[in-house]
Amino acid sequence: MMKRTHVILSALFIIIFWEILARIVALPVLPSPLSVFNALLSDIGGELGEHFLASLWRVLASVTLAILLAVPLGLILGQSERLNKLISPSIYLLYPIPKVVLVPIILLFLGVGNLSKITIIFLILFFQILLLVRDQAAAIRPELIHSVSSLGAGRRALFRFVYLPASLPAILTALRQSIGLAVAVLYITELVATQRGLGYYIYLQGSTLFDYPRMFAGVVAMSLLGLGLYFIVDGLERRLCPWKFVGTS
Amino acid sequence: MIEAANLGFEYPDGTSIFQDFNLSVGAGEAWAILGPSGCGKTTLLYLLAGLLHPVSGTITIDSHLLNRPRPKTGMILQDYGLLPWATVYENAALGYRLRNFYGPDGRHAPEDGNIEDIELIIMPWLERLGLSELKEHYPGQISGGQRQRTAIARTLALNPDIVLMDEPFASLDAPTRESLQDLLLELRDEGRLTSIIVTHAIEEAALLGRFILVLSDPPIHSPQIISNPHGASPSFRETEGYMSMCRTLRSLLEPI
Repeated sequence: MMKRTHVILSALFIIIFWEILARIVALPVLPSPLSVFNALLSDIGGELGEHFLASLWRVLASVTLAILLAVPLGLILGQSERLNKLISPSIYLLYPIPKVVLVPIILLFLGVGNLSKITIIFLILFFQILLLVRDQAAAIRPELIHSVSSLGAGRRALFRFVYLPASLPAILTALRQSIGLAVAVLYITELVATQRGLGYYIYLQGSTLFDYPRMFAGVVAMSLLGLGLYFIVDGLERRLCPWKFVGTS
Repeated sequence: MIEAANLGFEYPDGTSIFQDFNLSVGAGEAWAILGPSGCGKTTLLYLLAGLLHPVSGTITIDSHLLNRPRPKTGMILQDYGLLPWATVYENAALGYRLRNFYGPDGRHAPEDGNIEDIELIIMPWLERLGLSELKEHYPGQISGGQRQRTAIARTLALNPDIVLMDEPFASLDAPTRESLQDLLLELRDEGRLTSIIVTHAIEEAALLGRFILVLSDPPIHSPQIISNPHGASPSFRETEGYMSMCRTLRSLLEPI
């Protein structure tokens, strides 16, 4: 398990490295961390903050949607061999498609608004969660099901007391694995035909306004968005799955 | 108490395990089911638990037809019976949490009403089984013997009248196994339980069964029952009768 101090030290190291690099390069396209943080601080209450919230909202909406749809479906498929046999081939075909190539198609069909962006991130997360939850539910040992059934549990109680808690780590693992990719794809979707979101902000500052400290501030904000979500998932895992973090005797 | 009449069971692939099989177990009796692996002993236990259903014939318990797990039947399995994400206390209390989840519907739980204070029932059991210090631990943190004690606490706390066990001590080291066998016999007597244990260990069958059902290769038609009148008492282990019972069972199990 990583220690907090190690994480902070590594962050400091990266910033120092950036500072040294900026001094060596000495070009406006690589501003020093200090000027970028100034830009970040001055703009986060204004324009940058608004774009940040727009991006955050898109990610959160997709995450919520993906969990709400993928978890029940994953649990059902993991439990029912017959349904799984029926549906698995389609998942097998759809899962490896890099969802980002669907961006132009989804933009055509769903327009340039929030819906298309949420849909594309949703697709990435949905398959990841679906597969991990399904495999987790299928991996539950029959002995465990038998012993809980023998205590009186029917289907409903098995869901509540066995399948759901067993799939929690799978949900969180899926989120942790795919949150980085989701933010990356969000950036790409925000480059196209929108005037809200961090992707747009970064593009605008860099290519149109040539305000490099602000462009970097946007990049930092986007990184913080991914990092923040990652930390939240980590924290949730610690809170919701404490049994995974205890040592064995 | 338990009556299996003309029982027939086959696996989904058509392999027949029991054909016209009859068995009668009286209240308070101690039974052991002994046989090589694949002989259908676990299948029989699961049939008696209501977790599997016969393809023909019937099982009745106290004159009620068995078609689903019965709230008054407790079960202890070899392994994996505990929820890995729940603490020792939560695992031990699981039976009552399930009952409160459904409410007293007579199907999943007895009709006597919800239990208000589960802790009041569970804690004495954890103390009795030496687990109270470990109640906040997860199954992954405790030993195999302690895990099996937790499973015993969970089952017996529900105050069952029948306890079905599937190789409950098979994965434990010898001293732990013996101490848990003794504990089981003690608790059996206190609770006036009807107990049925499935085992592949001759010594365990000789010790824990007053009646020993020896199963051979399926399909099984008629039960071969060995009477072991001095069995199911901890001191039996020390006697010559125990040794000779082991010999008898061994000769029965030897491949022909």
